[in-house]
Amino acid sequence: MKEGFKNITSRFVPLQNENVDTDQIIPARFLKATTKDGFGKNLFRDWRYENDNEATPKIDFVLNQPQYKGDILVAGKNFGCGSSREHAAWSIVDYGFKVVVSSFFADIFKNNALNNGLLPITVSEDFVQKIFAQTNEATLSVDLEAQTITIDATGEKESFEINAYKKTCMINGYDDIDYLINSIGEIENFEKQSV
Amino acid sequence: MAQTLFDKIWNTHIVKNIEGGPAVLYIDKHFIHEVTSPQAFTGLNKRGIKVFRPQQTIATADHNVPTLNQHLPIKEELGRLQVEALIKNCAEHRVELYGLGHPFQGIVHVIGPELGITQPGNTIVCGDSHTSTHGAFGAIAFGIGTSEVEMVLSTQCLMQTKPKLMRINIEGELKNGVVSKDIVLYILSKITASGATGYAVEFAGSAIRSLSMEARMTICNMSIEMGARCGMIAPDETTFSYVKGRKFAPTGAAWDKKLAYWKTLFTDATATFDKEITLDAADITPMITYGTNPGMGIGVNENIPTVAQVHDNDRSGLEKSLAYMGLQQGHPIKGQKIDYVFIGSCTNSRIEDLRMVASFVKGKHKADNVEVWIVPGSKQVEKQAIEEGIDKVFEAAGFQLRQPGCSACLGMNEDKIPAGKYCISTSNRNFEGRQGAGARTLLASPLSAAAAAVTGFVADVREFMNN
Ligand code: SF4
Repeated sequence: MKEGFKNITSRFVPLQNENVDTDQIIPARFLKATTKDGFGKNLFRDWRYENDNEATPKIDFVLNQPQYKGDILVAGKNFGCGSSREHAAWSIVDYGFKVVVSSFFADIFKNNALNNGLLPITVSEDFVQKIFAQTNEATLSVDLEAQTITIDATGEKESFEINAYKKTCMINGYDDIDYLINSIGEIENFEKQSV
Repeated sequence: MAQTLFDKIWNTHIVKNIEGGPAVLYIDKHFIHEVTSPQAFTGLNKRGIKVFRPQQTIATADHNVPTLNQHLPIKEELGRLQVEALIKNCAEHRVELYGLGHPFQGIVHVIGPELGITQPGNTIVCGDSHTSTHGAFGAIAFGIGTSEVEMVLSTQCLMQTKPKLMRINIEGELKNGVVSKDIVLYILSKITASGATGYAVEFAGSAIRSLSMEARMTICNMSIEMGARCGMIAPDETTFSYVKGRKFAPTGAAWDKKLAYWKTLFTDATATFDKEITLDAADITPMITYGTNPGMGIGVNENIPTVAQVHDNDRSGLEKSLAYMGLQQGHPIKGQKIDYVFIGSCTNSRIEDLRMVASFVKGKHKADNVEVWIVPGSKQVEKQAIEEGIDKVFEAAGFQLRQPGCSACLGMNEDKIPAGKYCISTSNRNFEGRQGAGARTLLASPLSAAAAAVTGFVADVREFMNN
């Protein structure tokens, strides 16, 4: 069982790109691990460093700009498209983010995020732009119980969707696997009936 | 009630619906490979459980295997450890493994269909987004993450929310020199790389029905590039005769029973979709991508769009993309110099693709400025190519025929395109760095790639065809 999701108020990191694909989030050459740990240091690797060298960070990339920090990543439309690699979610979680906000998420990424206690929040394109317009000191508040996200400085708020089952899982840190393993009897019955 | 193809398969695979939540979906066939499975087996081992239905999972090593000297130990240590972990996990959990050295080894989405494991009416998953390929048989097939691989290994089920449904019809006849890869790149250029997110897509229409199974697989393969949960095509005589006689296809009375069921798998005439699009096959020309997502494609004779012309979804990314690609708005793409040609990947590495390339290059030679890699999708494809003498055609043309694997599609092994170099690739993704850090990828059909190999630049294949 994972740790349950707590409501947060935090500053955010604005990643103003659209169609951020999983090859950018974690390039394929870092997929050779056999554990889930330590991916955070390679998050957005090729956008973060010149010539793959940690000694030469690209200063115009947001993760290298100290004025931006916090538990929330805010990104442009169609975040997480491309490969099914869960390593993308692992690297975002390992880096320290708890929430990703976008106006649109790729399907598989969204599932992978939820399976790792990372909350993907889909808001309107308008709301994303409003967040981008804030200063780097601004904070956002996420209330999972109420399903809302608020720009604290202005009080502007939007609700987001999450199905009741997933919400319970997130809040309590439950796993789909636990649920399925507890349903094994029903699965066996299903197999018998469909032969 | 009238049902779609998707509904018919979905409804018969629901173990139960969770109130206010997803459905528990039963999975018929599960493919695994070395990159996205180790952490899932670790999860099982931690729980002290074994694979629930080992005979329904099939493994292969493909993503980071070398494509030269496969009989030697893998040099790169981390890659070798992943392959070794797969061997150990499969042995411990009694999962069939078609690993390196096995006559069935190959890219996971090539071997499933060629072995007859992929069948109409199945639910099929794999920890790889291009699992959508298998939908060409009239199956619900989609990629999953590693936590989900763990779910399937431990329970043969997944939690799934039913997607919305879209039908894309391609009507009419394809022009000469235009193949299935061009159809899918054309659809992508129309609806963009997020145009089908949240949908299961059924491809239909007379142009789709006229395609061979291998050509259909190329289209379903790239449905994930539109963001689709899966892509599918209703099974028909083409499908049945492809499956029949393959290694794991049913035989005798079992075949008759299955066939009768498969014939019920089509969208009822009055069934409706949440979205429907119809495109004219005659409008499609050989396609090529200029940008860094697969939706950024144009006909080879068109100019690269300007910010004003590009689709809304790509507007903000256009300049960044073109800067990465070293290309310019408003300029022609035809004539762009090429350094590498990669013919391979689960999109276009089947025997028909190799035959198509061979029949075009026969008697021609590659241009001096290009290096050409042909990477067959599986050991069986490689064997057949050699039996048909296709290897000799490639050799005479100066093309390198390598051994099966994912290779330069994602550059996890040593097959990488150097920074700044241009590669025409028959694969499915042109993301920044996909084929190697700084590599510049232009996606195209095997025919267009062959034309680029021969000329050394982006060319309209129709100008070089023998008829
Ligand atoms: S060939 Fe490319 S797209 Fe296909 S499974 Fe391998 S890495 Fe993925």
